[in-house]
Amino acid sequence: MCLPGILLVIVFSYLPLPGIIIAFKNFKANLGLWDSAWVGFKNFEFLFTTKVAWRITVNTVFLNSIFIATSIVGSLGLALLLNEVRTKWLARFYQSAVFFPYFVSWVVVGLFGFALLSYDNGLMNVTLTRLGLEPIDWYKSPDLWPGILTLTNLWKGAGYWSIVYLAAMMGISPEYYEAAELDGASRWKQITSITLPLITPIIIINFLLSVGRIFFADFGMFYYVTRDSKLLYATTDVIDTYVFRALRQLGDFGMAGAAGLYQSLIGFLTILFANWLVKRVDPDKSLF
Amino acid sequence: MNNRSHFSLYRFSKSLSQIFVNVILLIISFLFLLPLVVVIAASLSDEKALAKNGYSLLPQGFSLSAYEYLLLDPDRLLRAYAVTIFVTVVGTLLGLLVMSMLAYALSRPEFKWRKPFSFILIFTMLFSAGLVPTYLVVTQVLHLKDNILALILPYLVVPWFVFILRSFFSSLPQEILDMARVDGASEWRIFFQIVLPLSTPVLATVGLFTILLYWNDWWLSLLYINDPNLFPLQYLLYAIMRNAEFLTSNASTGLLTSVELPTQTLRMAMVVVAMGPIAIVFLALQKYFIRGALIGSLKG
Repeated sequence: MCLPGILLVIVFSYLPLPGIIIAFKNFKANLGLWDSAWVGFKNFEFLFTTKVAWRITVNTVFLNSIFIATSIVGSLGLALLLNEVRTKWLARFYQSAVFFPYFVSWVVVGLFGFALLSYDNGLMNVTLTRLGLEPIDWYKSPDLWPGILTLTNLWKGAGYWSIVYLAAMMGISPEYYEAAELDGASRWKQITSITLPLITPIIIINFLLSVGRIFFADFGMFYYVTRDSKLLYATTDVIDTYVFRALRQLGDFGMAGAAGLYQSLIGFLTILFANWLVKRVDPDKSLF
Repeated sequence: MNNRSHFSLYRFSKSLSQIFVNVILLIISFLFLLPLVVVIAASLSDEKALAKNGYSLLPQGFSLSAYEYLLLDPDRLLRAYAVTIFVTVVGTLLGLLVMSMLAYALSRPEFKWRKPFSFILIFTMLFSAGLVPTYLVVTQVLHLKDNILALILPYLVVPWFVFILRSFFSSLPQEILDMARVDGASEWRIFFQIVLPLSTPVLATVGLFTILLYWNDWWLSLLYINDPNLFPLQYLLYAIMRNAEFLTSNASTGLLTSVELPTQTLRMAMVVVAMGPIAIVFLALQKYFIRGALIGSLKG
């Protein structure tokens, strides 16, 4: 009964495993994987001596760290606000509005971004000009992109995560709040001494799980929202986009393989570490 | 002394904070929906007015020409729709079947391969060979380049969904299954006639996530599809983003050359057409996603 499933997993996740040796080869398509020449650590040497590895790693980890922090704070704040709404239909409207970006593909988000950021007539520049300010060439200003991507990431995921946190909040027994109200605790006091402490475990678990994936970037965002603009690579080129480019645009399989293997290995270690921490917080939520 | 005024002050501050909360949430909702409104307005704009005045919250010189243009030569668009619908329907049905079968086996305590098979699934979430080796297997070993199966097979088994299904199956009342077993029903029969019908909530949740996964996918086509006839909707959108002419399958053959291509508005109309139906469906079925989000974070 489990045969088809296991077979698919083996074909798509295990059959590629021997292929990681491509990182140590000078891959030539006509020779194939096995007959291409071994080059030892040449591919890695290039990666690490040209600072490419350094740049893409720093970008990946730096941006992911900002994303994790802003996403937790943002969705938590949003959940606290949603939790205060007493009018049912309004609550439903807000939830739908913030949840909708979750259903949109990155390709569509890329076009959304273009409507806002296009130099000639994007909404941002139209507004800036109307206010008498200089328009900004967004797709050529790498310094602005950590901020733009942070907002994009928040916009895309805050709805989903705030609903997770909101559900956790709604699971808190009303008795706590009733007791606090009798003692004359303000709503804000109730939030800081009841709501937040009680949902802290979920926050910590989500935090650790995201930290476990800190070396893996959301390729779609970096590829479509930046429109793969070369001028932005300084701040937006991450491991995943580099591997993809090396493979599909440069056709340098060995280099792409090396960068990919590097990511798989450090990723593996961080996931193990994060899982170990999760296990210490709440054994039920660990992966194994 | 003045208990009543104290009370009404309390009420007043309460409704004041309600107003405050609602104003903030209204602003947030507006900002979240802003890109959507801008894109819809642009798709309903006149090309020249849009170029002159720029994107805004209202259509510039209202015009349906972008949509008319889409309808003028709908071959590409309809094909992409057909590919996406086919991939989504087949992928979701097959995926649900394969994943539930696997999950059911893994939920049976007496199944002797339970531990090793679970490990096989878990390990894929820890370590993956990465893009290049996977790409080589799909293109060189399986020869799936420009094959519609390349858009379906890689997503059929999502380990995380298998675990969600397994924990639901484990929570079913085992006495019913045992009674069926005593009556001599085979595991297959129990699976199809008892387990699946009892599991519609979790099947709906996992099914919707799978639909979303397939419908919004551009990754597999970016890697494995070059043939425009096999472009799914999202990838067609990407192709148009790079080159608006791409939409016209026969631009050079003369039929449409007389019509000027409304590049900007056309792209935006295409976004609306690609996103519209599914967005409405998903908003309507929100509660299943919310349920899924909860299973995901509270896990069994």
